[in-house]
Amino acid sequence: MKTIARVAELSHRYKNSVALDGVELEIPAGRVAGLIGPDGVGKSTLLALISGVRKIQDGSVQVLGRDMRSGLNRMVVGPRIAYMPQGLGRNLYMTLSVFENVDFFGRLFGHSKEQRAWRIQELLEATGLAPFADRPAGKLSGGMKQKLGLCCALIHDPDLLILDEPTTGVDPLSRRQFWELIERIRARREGMSVIVATAYMDEAERFDWLMAMDAGKVLATGTPAELKAHTGSQSLEAAFISLLPAEKRSRHQAVTIPPRQAGHTETAIEAAGLTRCFGEFVAVNRVSFRIERGEIFGFLGSNGCGKTTTMKMLTGLLPSSAGEARLFGQSVDAKDIDLRKRVGYMSQAFSLYSELTVRQNLALHARIFQLPKSQIESRVTEMIERFGLGEMEDALTEKLPLGVRQRLSLAVAVIHGPEMLILDEPTSGVDPVARDQFWNLLVQLSREDGVTIFISTHFMNEAERCDRISLMHAGRVLAQGVSEELIKARGAENLEEAFIAYLEEAAREGQTAEEPASTDKPTEYQNHPAEEKHRSRSAPFDPRRGWAYARRESLEIARDPIRIAFALLGPIILMIAFGYGITFDVEDIAYAVLDRDQSPESRRYLENFAGSRYFDQRQPLQNYRELDDGLRRAQLTVAIEIPAGFGKDIKRGRPPEVGVWLDGTVPFRAETARGYVFGVHQSYLEQLQRSEFGHRKQAAPVTVETRFRYNQDFKSVYSIVPGTIMMLLIWIPAMMSAAGVVREKEMGSITNFYATPVTSLEFLLGKQFPYIVIALVNFASLVLLAVLLFQVPIKGSVAALLVGGLLYVIATTGLGLLMSSFMKTQIAAIFGTAIATTVPAISFAGLFAPVASLTPGAQTIAHIFPSSYFQQISLGTFTKSLGFDGLLFSFFMIALLSVVYLALGLMLLKTQER
Amino acid sequence: MMKRSLANIFQLGIKELFSLRYDPVMLFLIVYMFSFSVMEEAQNATTGVVNAAVAIVDEDHSRLSRRIGDALLQPQFQPPVALAIDEIDASMEAARYAFVIDIPPRFQADLMAGRPTVIQLNVDATAMGLAGTGAGYIQHIISQELSAFLNNDQATDQKTAVNIVTRAKFNPNLEATGFQGAMALTNNITMMAILLTGAALIREREHGTIEHLLVMPLRPFEIMLAKVWSNGLVVVIAATLSLYLVIKGVLGTVIIGSIPLYLFVTVIYLFSVTSLGIYLATLARSMPQFGLLAMIVFVMMLLLSGAHTPLESMPVALQMIMQLLPSTHFVSMAQAVLFRGAGLSVK
Repeated sequence: MKTIARVAELSHRYKNSVALDGVELEIPAGRVAGLIGPDGVGKSTLLALISGVRKIQDGSVQVLGRDMRSGLNRMVVGPRIAYMPQGLGRNLYMTLSVFENVDFFGRLFGHSKEQRAWRIQELLEATGLAPFADRPAGKLSGGMKQKLGLCCALIHDPDLLILDEPTTGVDPLSRRQFWELIERIRARREGMSVIVATAYMDEAERFDWLMAMDAGKVLATGTPAELKAHTGSQSLEAAFISLLPAEKRSRHQAVTIPPRQAGHTETAIEAAGLTRCFGEFVAVNRVSFRIERGEIFGFLGSNGCGKTTTMKMLTGLLPSSAGEARLFGQSVDAKDIDLRKRVGYMSQAFSLYSELTVRQNLALHARIFQLPKSQIESRVTEMIERFGLGEMEDALTEKLPLGVRQRLSLAVAVIHGPEMLILDEPTSGVDPVARDQFWNLLVQLSREDGVTIFISTHFMNEAERCDRISLMHAGRVLAQGVSEELIKARGAENLEEAFIAYLEEAAREGQTAEEPASTDKPTEYQNHPAEEKHRSRSAPFDPRRGWAYARRESLEIARDPIRIAFALLGPIILMIAFGYGITFDVEDIAYAVLDRDQSPESRRYLENFAGSRYFDQRQPLQNYRELDDGLRRAQLTVAIEIPAGFGKDIKRGRPPEVGVWLDGTVPFRAETARGYVFGVHQSYLEQLQRSEFGHRKQAAPVTVETRFRYNQDFKSVYSIVPGTIMMLLIWIPAMMSAAGVVREKEMGSITNFYATPVTSLEFLLGKQFPYIVIALVNFASLVLLAVLLFQVPIKGSVAALLVGGLLYVIATTGLGLLMSSFMKTQIAAIFGTAIATTVPAISFAGLFAPVASLTPGAQTIAHIFPSSYFQQISLGTFTKSLGFDGLLFSFFMIALLSVVYLALGLMLLKTQER
Repeated sequence: MMKRSLANIFQLGIKELFSLRYDPVMLFLIVYMFSFSVMEEAQNATTGVVNAAVAIVDEDHSRLSRRIGDALLQPQFQPPVALAIDEIDASMEAARYAFVIDIPPRFQADLMAGRPTVIQLNVDATAMGLAGTGAGYIQHIISQELSAFLNNDQATDQKTAVNIVTRAKFNPNLEATGFQGAMALTNNITMMAILLTGAALIREREHGTIEHLLVMPLRPFEIMLAKVWSNGLVVVIAATLSLYLVIKGVLGTVIIGSIPLYLFVTVIYLFSVTSLGIYLATLARSMPQFGLLAMIVFVMMLLLSGAHTPLESMPVALQMIMQLLPSTHFVSMAQAVLFRGAGLSVK
């Protein structure tokens, strides 16, 4: 038996848990090898390690004969592996169309235009996606998303295909089509190995070879038949349970559902013609049903078929477009708080507060539902006991295993003793033992407490446990009733087949034309002349791959008009506000006079102030208290006090002393005002001298000739406008690019970077490109505003300004990307960028005072920050008439800093998950 | 009804505080903003003539020319650098000096002989923050030095007819550190409040917990108010610590006003500005959009609220627009209360 992957002593830890614990495996080549086990046992970790996406901690992994620890080997083997991560469309870009998504992957593998054209065509036709080539991925159904993900994974003809739960949450028909598709591809590409993880045991029955996993360990391997024979079980599910360690197995209790007592005929939930549209898209189409009190009613259907939307309408979360929903005979009203108290709702996404403990979560919800204070304690304790949460009541919710979390969610949903429970896929991803535990609780609630339960699921065996079910697809109810009757009605063997029969029937009627209806006669996957071993070698730098990312990023930005509007209009608005608003032209300084002399001489002294355009006189002051008050209320900036006997003293040649009071709160304004006061005082002295001596006999022999260079009129606008360009071109571009990498991290599509041959350099440069283009548009609009609106001419070299601007936006977008490369969340990246750019650009880049006049500490910040250099270029070319010559050092420094940012980004950007 | 709402708002707010506790990056950024960031700006940002770079082209090399150079003192001026006459243009173009004083050859001799002579003062007029005032200071200093020189050496009876004494109230030495520290604190309060509340709301939306909240017996305004009070509380506590430990403690600023009053107004201010954060978060649909929008709004509040440049110099239309933003009033309140000792009656 040939092996495709060999795993030895492989262990992997996360912060608080062990994901893999000494795994030993030899996975056979050329087969479909299945990995079975519930969520959280390490399946995804194992697959990610085999694909090279995650970094190996302990042990060794050999794939296609190469050690995956070495980066060089991964470069060689990488293009022969395809990896499809868990989650519907995790590796897809939701705003990009079907075609654009596959095209992006083709470009990442360096395929030529012709190659891409026929490959994409072929794949889309084989998967039945061809008619939907222009539809955004986000608007596909779950099954279609998974097929698209498969197209993306298969575009480069891999030798090993790794699929992580590809069919979880997909309807049974699409699931069947998916496996048929894999079979056809394998038939055509002989020798292709597939490793696949799954949560569906019935699916696993069809695989060639299986590995059963639990708690980071491999329990057993072998063909499905071998596993069943070994444990002496009928089904794989039973085989799996008996493979579990004794301690776990003992907790298992088979679910038995006592029949419902007759007599409950009161209606709990009723929907009549319930419809919901999102724009053109009809998510829920005339759905009607009636659920009796105490009944367990199941909604069976794929992800995106309208189950969640229907449930949201029932809870009042979403208003319906048409039709009516009634709970306990009352029309659902989103504002009716009392009705909400009678309903418990458990949403699909885990939505408890992960940072609170089990007990805190329960108590918080008890308080929100206004349980009487005296009962909260006892009710919380009761819930903890009843739902078996005793051992972990003080554990943080985020550290709980999924099965326990779901039990807690259920406990929270029933804490207020609701008469009805609405549960949206509560057992997704929960292991069989925990799932049965959960169901036992549900049965108790229904049969003992008479709670009506409305539950949605995509597991057939769960649906069979419900009193009645409703099969849903593409927004419509296909059939409704007791599951045995539905099976009988279609003459099927089991519920899955019955469901498929209903789906096919609906497809034939053409009512669900949305779905790729027929894959009965798929276009055969043909050998193309240009085909065969075109496999692109991994060059260290391939501009085509960088361009693929640049294109992808541009498309995504182009689909977000709001963001574009903010990015393009924001700087223009700010430029206008700052150009007019930031000014140092201090005029009309408010002053008042406390004249204790009231002589002709004092009035003559004060005339100079009254005549100055810098000063604006207010009501004369009567006493010192008024003076103090005026300053304190900020009605005055300057107060002048003339002492008694001022006139007499001048005449006697005994210099009197004028007192000037300044408001020192804003030091800059006080200094300016003081400068003006000195000026007026000086000119008074000169007048006095002249009048005393009659003519300019003793004119001062020394003149200080002040030349205001570059800005003769000393107008703020000539300095502030170039400075504002400097500030805006770091704030907006850095904030734009800061979301670049970290958003992919949060959304999960970063896996494409890990799993494809794209290098960090190509990735970062590709990401940066569209932001540079947008920033250049900003730059152009700002320069035009400066010249046309603010009448600030470019006195120096226009070319130097443009080159400087280009270098500067490369540096600033690079700074944003650097933040994005090492931050883990979008919030942190936004916060970090805001902090790193605002204050330094305002205070330490030379806007108000040149860098040379800053303190040494501030100068250090300025020197490692591109803004101070661009300030020189902007100011130099606009107002100082400079060309390239005087600015060479600034150009050099900005270029150097952008290289430094890129290098740091490359260092900090992880190329594998940890 | 009312009581129930209040209880809900309280409970949800507590939950909000718990979320923050387990977010080390956020905690670090908050601590940084209210400690190092405030200090950095207070000690290093300059407004007005502080530490100005000056050069002297001394073509005279006389006692008098050296005396003028020596009279330019710290903290207003850096020690003057000697420069050759042909270096003036290049060094000013590179913004190495804000002022270059050119003392002509035979300056002292001409002065003694009573021949008129000219000192040239080159000012980089693009350095708006210090050019005007600095030039005034240098002129004042030169004329003082000249008259002192003449008085000593020639004993001419050149008494000034009127003396002038200026005193700055509330801040006698026109010390900028405390003012800038307080303004940095004020600005950081604005930035923190907008980002914290807005991001908290978008995070709830992106992670789907807001739906969970909306199906419970809660009203949307309760969810909002819970975010407002809890995030506001974090900011108030951080601001209080920053004021006492950083501005009063490390920077040693004398605050003549009432700090409790300042904090009281801060609380009111936070209500408006956290609400603004929530409003922005409802306008934006995703985190990248919110980042841009918040950036645009808060740099406007940062630069135009009067913390950096005086409000009264702005065009009237813009002044009126800025009156609509809460930060403008908060800045003027902070200046009044902290440094002018204003009380409730004043503002």
